[in-house]
Amino acid sequence: MILTTPSQRRDLLAKTSTIAMVGASNNPLRPSYTVFSYLRTQTRYVVTPINPTLSEIDGVAAFASLQAYAEALGAPDLVDVFRRPSKLVAVVREAIAIGAPAIWFQYGVINDEAIALADGAGMSVVVDRCIKVEQARFRGGLSTSGLNSGLITSRRRAL
Amino acid sequence: MQHEREFGFATRAIHAGTAPDPATGSRAAPIYQTASFVFGSTEQAAELFALRSYGHIYSRISNPTVAAFEERMASLEGGLGAIAFSSGLAAQLCTVLTLAQAGDHLVCTQNVYGGTVTQLSVTVKRMGIETTFVSAEDFDSVRAAIRPETKLLFVETVGNPSGVVADLRAFAKVAHEAGIPLVVDNTFATPYLCRPIDLGADVVLHSATKFINGHGTAIGGVLVESGKFPWEGGRFPLLSTPSLGYHGKVFTETFGEYAFLMRARAEVSRDVGAAMSPMEAWLMLIGLETLELRMRRHVSNARAVAAFLRDRSEVAWIREPKLGSIFTFGLKGGRDAGRRFIDALELWSHLANVGDAKSLVIAPASTTHSQLSDEELRKAGVEPESIRLSVGLEEVDDLLWDLDNGLRASQ
Repeated sequence: MILTTPSQRRDLLAKTSTIAMVGASNNPLRPSYTVFSYLRTQTRYVVTPINPTLSEIDGVAAFASLQAYAEALGAPDLVDVFRRPSKLVAVVREAIAIGAPAIWFQYGVINDEAIALADGAGMSVVVDRCIKVEQARFRGGLSTSGLNSGLITSRRRAL
Repeated sequence: MQHEREFGFATRAIHAGTAPDPATGSRAAPIYQTASFVFGSTEQAAELFALRSYGHIYSRISNPTVAAFEERMASLEGGLGAIAFSSGLAAQLCTVLTLAQAGDHLVCTQNVYGGTVTQLSVTVKRMGIETTFVSAEDFDSVRAAIRPETKLLFVETVGNPSGVVADLRAFAKVAHEAGIPLVVDNTFATPYLCRPIDLGADVVLHSATKFINGHGTAIGGVLVESGKFPWEGGRFPLLSTPSLGYHGKVFTETFGEYAFLMRARAEVSRDVGAAMSPMEAWLMLIGLETLELRMRRHVSNARAVAAFLRDRSEVAWIREPKLGSIFTFGLKGGRDAGRRFIDALELWSHLANVGDAKSLVIAPASTTHSQLSDEELRKAGVEPESIRLSVGLEEVDDLLWDLDNGLRASQ
């Protein structure tokens, strides 16, 4: 199922604990490092880099593939993808093979075939969104920066 | 809890940006009157300074009360986000500096606020950024003025004080065909009467001192950005090449659609240092809660005042308001009659401001636009005898009574 509404994204983030980040980088200038570091240091998620060229990022051991991750830790709740569109079909096949229930394609990480493949396999799919931005939208981070969260509520959020 | 409802304008004007304070449950927005914010840990401090995390460091860069006002403005204008400043001119300068540097060029319509003309043609020019001023009604000359080094097209929704309403869709088309963003000063219209982003604008500016505050109690400005303009591609190297002010970060790569807002806040506003204060932001938040109600009455009172003046024999000409509640007129007998008119008023306040609950009057040629040459005045739509009214919220009969006295004294 392709998730398009804010509440669908909020629900996915709420039930997620483990995230395998395909294409995480150790270069501080790359968005994939920014998001990795944010998820690791500012949220409750257990985030793990999937990158065959790295052994670790900021002390977190990296796995060479989703397959290797699953063999060690089981299926992650969410696969977050920072890869070129041409590589996405292979990533989705691997995610399906290990039984990951959800996949998140970051800004510009778009491949229609890969999206259809994930959707057809019954995965929850988020496309062209940033997991850091969406987490911040529902946890108050966007509001902190004068950004339009789109949220209107008179209920008190838990700290 | 979460829902898909698209809340209406008046609801967002009251609620956007001000969910109950998670720390205390305070229902009114708290005034966070503090210079700095304690870090949770050294790691969190480093993440904040590296722009990898959300949170407050120092109120020159961001503050919770100011952020509440910013988010409310972004919601009302339909933008991605907003940044508040100590004045409208500060918001405008920081918009220019987010996109342009020495050697670059801007295009601006000529019937704009005198302070805008001066800022661009004197102060910004001294920084090596040139501006070409063009007629708001001649799109060929707008197109012809755009050069390869032009970084933005600037226009006012409602010209101050000419009252000319800009065709924002057409301006957006011209700007986008040339590969540059449309920046719109929406001060006179407010997002209640016009939402420029819906019409194609990329950045919306306000002097928040005016209708947003609504009561003449604070100076402030704000920029709202749509998040839709494609800054990649080379024309905007300040956003798409490694930043000297942020250890080599490429804003378009790191922040995607947030690139403009992140550079405008983290680099430009940080370095210019013209932030809005928490107390001012709180006054703006309170003002916004009644924006819709006030604008309805501003407009209906302005129509009644214009209709009254139209029929008076003392009035030589009138540019009736097409949008909003600010307009100009001239008296038979020119400047001297205007002087007698203003001096005879009891209820209308003679001062330099607009958008107050109180009705205001001024002669632009000798005040708000006095730095302009005769030629610039003519192009700006200001006659030597022009009198500008900003019609307030009082009983309209009282306003007409006062104007009647003024008109009698003028002749």
